[in-house]
Amino acid sequence: MRDARLLVWIMADPSRSVQLSPQQWTNIITCAQSERLLGSLAYRLEGLPAPDTVLRVFDRAKKATDTERTQALWEAEMCKRALAGLDVKTILLKGTAYVARGMKAGQGRQIGDLDILVPFDRLDDVEAALLKHGWEWVKEDAYDSAYYREHMHELPPLIHKERDRMIDVHHTILPRTCRITPDAAALIDSAREGEDGLSTLSPPDMIIHAVAHLFADGDLGGGLRNLWDIHCMIEEFAPQDGFWSQLRERAMLHGLMPNVSRALRLSRHLYESNVDNWMAWNGRTGDVFYTGRLLARNGWGQETQKLLRFAFYIRSHWIRMPPLMLARHLLTKWRKA
Amino acid sequence: MRHQFSVKVGPVGYRIGSAWAEPIQQLRALYAGYPDLDVGIPDFTVRLEPEKPWRRWLRPSVAIKGDFMLPDALPMALRHGLLVAEMGMNLQMAMGQRQFLLLHAASVERDGKVLIVTGESGAGKSTMSALLSEHGWRFMGDEFCLIEPETGLAWPFPRPVSLKNKAIDVVRNMVDDSRLGPEMKATPKGDIRHLMPPANAISAMDAPGKPALILFPRFGHERAIRMMGAGEVFVRLTQASTNYVYLGERGFTALSALVANTPVRAIDYPDTANALDLVETLWAELA
Repeated sequence: MRDARLLVWIMADPSRSVQLSPQQWTNIITCAQSERLLGSLAYRLEGLPAPDTVLRVFDRAKKATDTERTQALWEAEMCKRALAGLDVKTILLKGTAYVARGMKAGQGRQIGDLDILVPFDRLDDVEAALLKHGWEWVKEDAYDSAYYREHMHELPPLIHKERDRMIDVHHTILPRTCRITPDAAALIDSAREGEDGLSTLSPPDMIIHAVAHLFADGDLGGGLRNLWDIHCMIEEFAPQDGFWSQLRERAMLHGLMPNVSRALRLSRHLYESNVDNWMAWNGRTGDVFYTGRLLARNGWGQETQKLLRFAFYIRSHWIRMPPLMLARHLLTKWRKA
Repeated sequence: MRHQFSVKVGPVGYRIGSAWAEPIQQLRALYAGYPDLDVGIPDFTVRLEPEKPWRRWLRPSVAIKGDFMLPDALPMALRHGLLVAEMGMNLQMAMGQRQFLLLHAASVERDGKVLIVTGESGAGKSTMSALLSEHGWRFMGDEFCLIEPETGLAWPFPRPVSLKNKAIDVVRNMVDDSRLGPEMKATPKGDIRHLMPPANAISAMDAPGKPALILFPRFGHERAIRMMGAGEVFVRLTQASTNYVYLGERGFTALSALVANTPVRAIDYPDTANALDLVETLWAELA
């Protein structure tokens, strides 16, 4: 298996798995593990016949992600308690938000850090409260710390000294130096609090954040998983009345229409999502490179397409900051290395 | 990958791929008596590959890759490739296993009952299990003892015994040379040589047993037997487990039951004769 095509083909329609040979099962499982999609694959194929070993591997993957779900929700609860006195809206992002709301995207998803979004003018209060409740800085480096504070969309990562879990405190969803500047106030404003006392973004904003994370902030590493999140959210939210017009409106507001459009096209192409044709049409060409990058993983779990990967790595820096600043940043990093 | 090998050890199937032929040839020899995968599908994949493309030929060095990886694992010389493969196989279990509670322990079985030997590195786990399996016990493993939370049973994981430094000489006098793997000098873990388990350990590798006695041995001290409180045993076994925390409540319940139902002793032994005698004495009394 030279790329991840077979994996996404099965994710798109699980009933196809009856045709798989043992060698293909092996490759798909290994590839899914490396793309952090094994738990999602296991839940996606739940109840379907498969060889015993496959069922055993899936059972293990489900147990692992079930534990991660419990830990993620507990961490969110701890964070809520730490910030209780501040009267600040604490919005869960990404994996923790998906499991807190019982979404399809959360089924079998691996969850690492806790990501939260808070208003920019309350950052200092939030930081102080977290430090008071047992979180501490991961990096003590002055340059890194200053870099985060001046240019990034989040505080330098904090880790809890007893539970050993990281928290990323965001004030918006893309780096401040990025050419695209989503409307953070609008994101926070439309977020809703659930019965658990935790808030999550509105459905269209959740998708837009996932899109921003996938295309405008990084080198598309782990992109298949992020695109799977997007696919699951489209399938879950699209049946709601007026969803596509809301998504279009929010995408324009946050300046991410071309990116949302590309995400819809790729999700349709790889995961066979039902998307709004008009919205998917918008944007520039170049999908073939994105598809190649997303699928660049073979049946041994190895990364393939070295050159394409490198190109996307360069791109990730290029879109994140202006050229002169990038040069200065890389020079400083190189000197310190 | 260019070279590959697959094998089943107890309840776990492995696929190992390598950029070089040598480690795969050595694995084939060491695992000669083992069965192949059920229906050709492994539980875990391990890769032995160069960190940088040129390191395949130029001062070849082997990095441990696979389903589960440590970000800061250092590559090792190709002449230690077999050790890298073994470490890679252990790593997959330590990080990826969720079916069983893993104890870093050796285990042997007699009459359906299992003796678990645990303790820190250098306590003599591997040597003791090798010794006992030449004296009427069935070898179940020298690295991981697999406790099944749902049943409380201990499952075999009979990999070749990894003998280190002085233990190599102790065991070489007991067994036929054909059962020993290649000697790897001056690895990051010292000198290493593998011992192939007796044939009965492999033919019975699907048969679990009931834990009957847990020992914490210490080599190089006057002969002694000490009691240990349940609290201390519990805490030391959580430290000896690589996945206790990951298993959450299942792990806690399984370990509590193991500690509540199994007698435990700490033993000190000055030599192998005393070790054997101590085990037989305590086994007759407690198991």
